[in-house]
Amino acid sequence: MSKQYKLIHCVINGKEREAMVDVRASLTDLLRNDFRLTSVKKGCEVGECGACNVLINGECFNSCIYLAVWADGKEILTLEGLEGPNGEISDIQQAFIDEAAVQCGFCTPGAIMSAVEILNEGRELSDEEIRIRMSGHLCRCTGYENIFRAVKKTMLKRLGK
Amino acid sequence: MYTGQSVKRVDALDKVTGRTRYTDDLCDRKAYIARVLHSTVANGKVLSFDLSEAEKVPGVVKILTCFDLKEKHYFPTAGHPWSTDPSHQDVADRLVLTDRVRFYGDDIAAVVAEDEVAAAQALRLIRVEYEEYPFVLDVQKAMEDGAPQLHENYPNNILKHTTIRQGDYEKAVQEPGLVKVEGWYETPVVQHCHIENFICFAEKEGDRINVVTSTQIPHIVRRIVGQALGIDWGLIRVVKPYIGGGFGNKQDVLYEPLCAWLCLQVGGHLVKLDVPREETFVCNRTRHSIRNHIISWVRPDGTYAARKLEAFSDQGAYASHGHSICAKGAGAFPQLYPCPNVEVDAYTVFTNKPVAGAMRGYGIPQAMWAVESHTEDVAAAIGADPLAFRRQNLMPVGYVDGFSKNENYYDSFNQCLEKAMKAIDYERKEKEYRNQTGDIRRGIGMAVFWYNTAVWPISLESTSCRMVLNQDGSFQLQMGETEIGQGADTAFAQMAADVVGVPVDRVHVVSCQDTDVAPFGTSAYASRQTYIAGFSIRQTGLMLKEKILDYAHELTRMPVFNLDIREGNIVRTTDGRVMMTLGELATEALYSLTDSRHITAESTYQVKSNAYSFGCTIAEVEVDIPMCRAKLLNVVNCHDAGKLINPALAEAQVHGGMSMGIGFGMSEKLLFDEKTGRPLNNNLLDYKLSTFLDHPTLQAEFVENPEPTSAFGTKGLGEPPACSVAPAIRNAIFHATGVGLRDAPANPHNLFKAFKEAGII
Repeated sequence: MSKQYKLIHCVINGKEREAMVDVRASLTDLLRNDFRLTSVKKGCEVGECGACNVLINGECFNSCIYLAVWADGKEILTLEGLEGPNGEISDIQQAFIDEAAVQCGFCTPGAIMSAVEILNEGRELSDEEIRIRMSGHLCRCTGYENIFRAVKKTMLKRLGK
Repeated sequence: MYTGQSVKRVDALDKVTGRTRYTDDLCDRKAYIARVLHSTVANGKVLSFDLSEAEKVPGVVKILTCFDLKEKHYFPTAGHPWSTDPSHQDVADRLVLTDRVRFYGDDIAAVVAEDEVAAAQALRLIRVEYEEYPFVLDVQKAMEDGAPQLHENYPNNILKHTTIRQGDYEKAVQEPGLVKVEGWYETPVVQHCHIENFICFAEKEGDRINVVTSTQIPHIVRRIVGQALGIDWGLIRVVKPYIGGGFGNKQDVLYEPLCAWLCLQVGGHLVKLDVPREETFVCNRTRHSIRNHIISWVRPDGTYAARKLEAFSDQGAYASHGHSICAKGAGAFPQLYPCPNVEVDAYTVFTNKPVAGAMRGYGIPQAMWAVESHTEDVAAAIGADPLAFRRQNLMPVGYVDGFSKNENYYDSFNQCLEKAMKAIDYERKEKEYRNQTGDIRRGIGMAVFWYNTAVWPISLESTSCRMVLNQDGSFQLQMGETEIGQGADTAFAQMAADVVGVPVDRVHVVSCQDTDVAPFGTSAYASRQTYIAGFSIRQTGLMLKEKILDYAHELTRMPVFNLDIREGNIVRTTDGRVMMTLGELATEALYSLTDSRHITAESTYQVKSNAYSFGCTIAEVEVDIPMCRAKLLNVVNCHDAGKLINPALAEAQVHGGMSMGIGFGMSEKLLFDEKTGRPLNNNLLDYKLSTFLDHPTLQAEFVENPEPTSAFGTKGLGEPPACSVAPAIRNAIFHATGVGLRDAPANPHNLFKAFKEAGII
């Protein structure tokens, strides 16, 4: 089987990028290997655990089952992209710290990215809706409890409640 | 005081920004990729390989098989401290690759390739010829005469059989008027499912091999890699970066020996071995499935006359942690509900299943499933209230374990039960849910547990600490104890800040253990680290403080007994005056032209105590009888883990343990094909790990009785939260339906079986 490559153009964390990608490569591979965006974690590589989640045009995806070539023309946001130019962190990142929602930290980047997708909708979700929307993330450390609190508190804060 | 405060995690900022480097993030891209070929028979022998097609795959560097292993260095894998006494050493039954395969998934060959794709393609093209033997998957069938034998020297596949005998069971059961209650209780094979799979990489540097690995136990890995390769242990350097969870799986040496060996087979080139999720389930470690048989002889007044436990622990194919797990659970049996006449027989038995090792709770979740389910059954049999029956028989205040010298200093059980009952409104619900009819019923149930912190006197409890003062008065803190997600580094920083007398942000914890520079320690297991590390932190902190104040005396002319360090300042205690900052002192100490000192302290403390950690779970369920489904409505854990060093992190720790307990009680089970021994659901889709949707709000409560033996009044909390959840759920289902489950988990399959047998469907 000979290797095939394709040149793609995309925006990653606000910067225009181009890359020559192996057509078989996943977006996880592209982000981790070519751009060293190592917040994108590999926990299963088949779309079961959510550790690799990133936003693509504002929508959250398992990047491990999203081909790198499909990223052509897309806007990708990884956890690294949430940080401000002077190292400022976003409200949801601060909430993960404040609510002790971080333990081993391996599911954290993906979980934060799903939270960002939810929060960006700018509406109030019910507890059940939050749980459903976050249910693509497996975490063995936290029992999800404090992650749930971090997402809910940030949502309410943004809505001024 | 920083201990007792919910200080933010020292590693949280890096973890929420993605800066934290885990093993894979540290590996250079030049690494060769190793993949392991696993046996597809459950018992047998590899006769030959056909590598011809696999070797043609472009990018394949080398394929190594079990037949390339010229020197056979058998090694143990358990993350136990080494014993210099051969009779106490772990069983050395593993090779990096084996031709004699003992489970579906055993390691028989490995491909080293330039990239993942080439490695995976080559793996698929290797042809293997086996001689197949009959196999056995059931723990008691494996003990029968004539059953397939896995290992020489272990007749009937029994790795170990231990007994406890107290009083005279046979005589005691003759007492007239006793009620006999008998039950079988079994727990399934489950897996740790840390989100970071096991991964390591190895490369030669000079004469030595550097191994970077996702482990809980770096110093133990160093020893075992040395044993597996048959080389001096000092030739191995092990580095443990941040890890994505461990839960006991990484308290075993997994593929570090194979990876180091493969590195040597390709001239010392960097080799990375990243285990796919499907292999993590099967080819790392699992939790022992334990089948328990309990007989109790009870007087009508609710006191026990005699009790008997037989426990059959399924070890899988290799010894790993072996009998320690079953023995720990069996040891809890006569202690939780003391009775003068007790017989315990605990067996750990090889079967042709994946290897069982340490997993959060180390035998106690299995034992509590049995003991606390049985307690409920006994109470029902004599018509007693389960709460009152427990209170009547539980380990009393003042109870001392003759072996560990552990003592029950407080009325922790009752205090925990009270607090949990209040939190979940137990008494009202217990009454309300009696005598229900209809298809949908609710129930509420409880379970308690007992857990030892640390392993003294079974094994070494040694802890080492180093503190190195910087120019600005901050210091590095280095420990042999590892951060594995639980928040250990933060707790250590809080302790060190209090002892030395500096703001907590002046303590820089060196999180990474590099065996070349980290103090020696046997690391993360037995819920020991906060308890154990406290001793060496206090001792070393006092040494550092003494050195600082000695120098302060030189600089200030004040007597040491009138000086103290408070919030990073040298303070004259007689009037509270700040004489100088610690930073000023430290700078002077390093650069003084008259008396320059590098102020550091390092010490080892050998802990010769151990502490009981106690707690309980109360669970409320709703059961849909025709659908054979149970839904968890509410659940609360209450723990006495002594004084909490960091309440917020303690609460988070309890949440995680409860979640694991919910999975154990309600959904998780690794399945095997009876015809082939092949695992059937070794992926995160089919193996039912709890998700965001499977939990109610998790409530964590604490009783903080200070542990008298502890350096900071604290004791174990890592594993305890997972110990009593499953039987509490089981007992809630019993309360709702009158049907007591024999087998965990309470999934529809097991509920159907139980409801059918009971005739309620």
